[in-house]
Amino acid sequence: MSNSADSRIQRRFEALKSEGRGGLVTFVTAGDPDPDTSRDILFGLPGAGADIIELGMPFSDPMADGPAIQAGSLRALKSGMTLKKTLALVAEFRERDQDTPVVLMGYYNPIYIHGPEAFCADAKAAGVDGLIIVDLPPEEVDELWIPANAAGIDFIFLTAPTSDDARLPVIVKRASGFVYYVSITGITGTRSADPADVEDAVARLRRHTDLPIGVGFGIKTPDQARGIASVADAAVVGSALVDIIAGNLDDDGKAGPGLADAVLSLVSDLADGVRKSGEKVA
Amino acid sequence: MNKLNTYRSGPDEAGHFGIFGGRFVAETLMPLILEVEKAYDAAKNDPTFWEDFNYQMKHYVGRPSPLYFAERLTEHFGGAKIYFKRDELNHTGAHKINNTIGQILLARRMGKTRIIAETGAGQHGVATATVCALFGLPCVVYMGKTDIERQAPNVFRMRLLGAEIVPVTAGTGTLKDAMNEALRDWVSNVEDTFYIIGTVAGPHPYPAMVRDFQTVIGNEVREQMMEAEGRSPDSLVACIGGGSNAMGLFHPFLDDEDVRIIGVEAAGHGIETGEHCASLNGGKPGVLHGNRTYLLQTEDGQILDGHSISAGLDYPGIGPEHSWLFDNGRVEYVSVTDTEALDAFQLCTKMEGIIPALEPSHALAHVAKIAGDLPKDHLLVMNLCGRGDKDIFAVARLLGVEVME
Repeated sequence: MSNSADSRIQRRFEALKSEGRGGLVTFVTAGDPDPDTSRDILFGLPGAGADIIELGMPFSDPMADGPAIQAGSLRALKSGMTLKKTLALVAEFRERDQDTPVVLMGYYNPIYIHGPEAFCADAKAAGVDGLIIVDLPPEEVDELWIPANAAGIDFIFLTAPTSDDARLPVIVKRASGFVYYVSITGITGTRSADPADVEDAVARLRRHTDLPIGVGFGIKTPDQARGIASVADAAVVGSALVDIIAGNLDDDGKAGPGLADAVLSLVSDLADGVRKSGEKVA
Repeated sequence: MNKLNTYRSGPDEAGHFGIFGGRFVAETLMPLILEVEKAYDAAKNDPTFWEDFNYQMKHYVGRPSPLYFAERLTEHFGGAKIYFKRDELNHTGAHKINNTIGQILLARRMGKTRIIAETGAGQHGVATATVCALFGLPCVVYMGKTDIERQAPNVFRMRLLGAEIVPVTAGTGTLKDAMNEALRDWVSNVEDTFYIIGTVAGPHPYPAMVRDFQTVIGNEVREQMMEAEGRSPDSLVACIGGGSNAMGLFHPFLDDEDVRIIGVEAAGHGIETGEHCASLNGGKPGVLHGNRTYLLQTEDGQILDGHSISAGLDYPGIGPEHSWLFDNGRVEYVSVTDTEALDAFQLCTKMEGIIPALEPSHALAHVAKIAGDLPKDHLLVMNLCGRGDKDIFAVARLLGVEVME
């Protein structure tokens, strides 16, 4: 629908196509584990090789996420993160980086409280390119989709192994930017999908949409990222990065030295992985 | 208020009561929700489903529960005639079983072989574990770690009944987190699992479905009051956490213009203190657990934990149909503090020989406030939705009495 020709997300996928490889989408939560460390991670992501940045808007009750991402969300909230501060962080990032797409991921309630129209205007002004709102299925999405569409923000929908051929057209009808395939029936950071199953699923999705397809849930290693990025247009990695944050906290739950570097180092490895996705594997 | 022709036609096809309700769930859950909706629509129109339901209500649950004239309390308050709907006499001691019977019958129709549930105080967990034992299905109950510590007897009951209790430490370890965790289980076990939600909340069709099972309460009251007094009641009072016992009593009477209907929320230490569970009187509309409804939340839209003396009212949300009835004014929603509920608990025990649960003690505390000013021929029905045996240790602690646990 609203696949605006000059969308940053679309440009990035076109560039990936001409490079002949799949992309790396990295997920971290804004403000996790504290605003300063989170800023260091965010600002370092493009240099480490992230092609698209998915930034979590912290929420107290992220019911579709696993324990790792929920804990990250609660750390961010405890450190004082709010929706307004998340938008301010994006604006700060955008001053330094005009090219890397930023997709906000989260749950609807904080946006509803902010006001959907005001949120879309503020997000656009901050330099946000897309939204993934987990608990807004197509049946409930119009109240945010309409203002987002008007503001020129891409709307990325989740599809799952349980989304059948009757349901997929309902979902992709309103999609723009890319389509997110949740590769397992479950929550983030738990099981990993079988690459062969993902390949079949991606082929099925491609019958319903021409949009790029990003695949996530359960991708933790550079090798897995390479495998996924060779059958889909991008691999999304979240819990593995959040696990590194959790593993580098001191006894008081504060960021230990080198936390941001540890996260960015895994991002570099993952980026090397997806860059191999263009090479023929014997 | 703008009067509607009917207050009983909701929800619409998408599960909305006005702006409330709906299906705010992740796409991974959506096919499951749609499957439950389809199965329930078919069951609802199948007389054999209701024959099974009514059979279990009569022979297993022990319905109809009596409508009891509380004569001494009536004299004590000196006004309205007080009737108790005795749902605390049901098997397992509360109204929760009406719903779990209905849902497990549906789960069996759908061929599901594994049951999950969330519980706060443990009453819904016990009612679910009970019907799982009855039908021989494995049962997993998610319960916040904090609640497990507070509700040891119910935890043991559920284990005796064969249920597996999974302690939830994520978030704040309370009912809302137990519900998050149950939803996560459901997403991860889509093929064989049915999620029995304990109240009139959650994504469509749950609010309507749970209500339909609980309206056995109000339908019986109508018949029993006709038998006792030859007419309809003048007012109805029930406590509200998620609101299933209240909706079960209220819904059949929503279009009876002359019936005054009052829902009683838990004000905890007082709404002004911020430590309460009064989602309507102290919260604002938001989206959580699959529905839009009034929620306790911060200015940033983060969900807050409620506080109440009664673990069964300790939920930061409320069923979406209540939110709708609050906004359109058909039902009055008031609140009662911990202290007022504790006084009512003791009063009922001493004057009627009935130990009420702390939840309906909230309803009784409001009855105590209004009954005296009502005429003597005013017929007031209060839903005594649970018995208080589970609460005696908590009450003893509050009264500073040492009891061997």
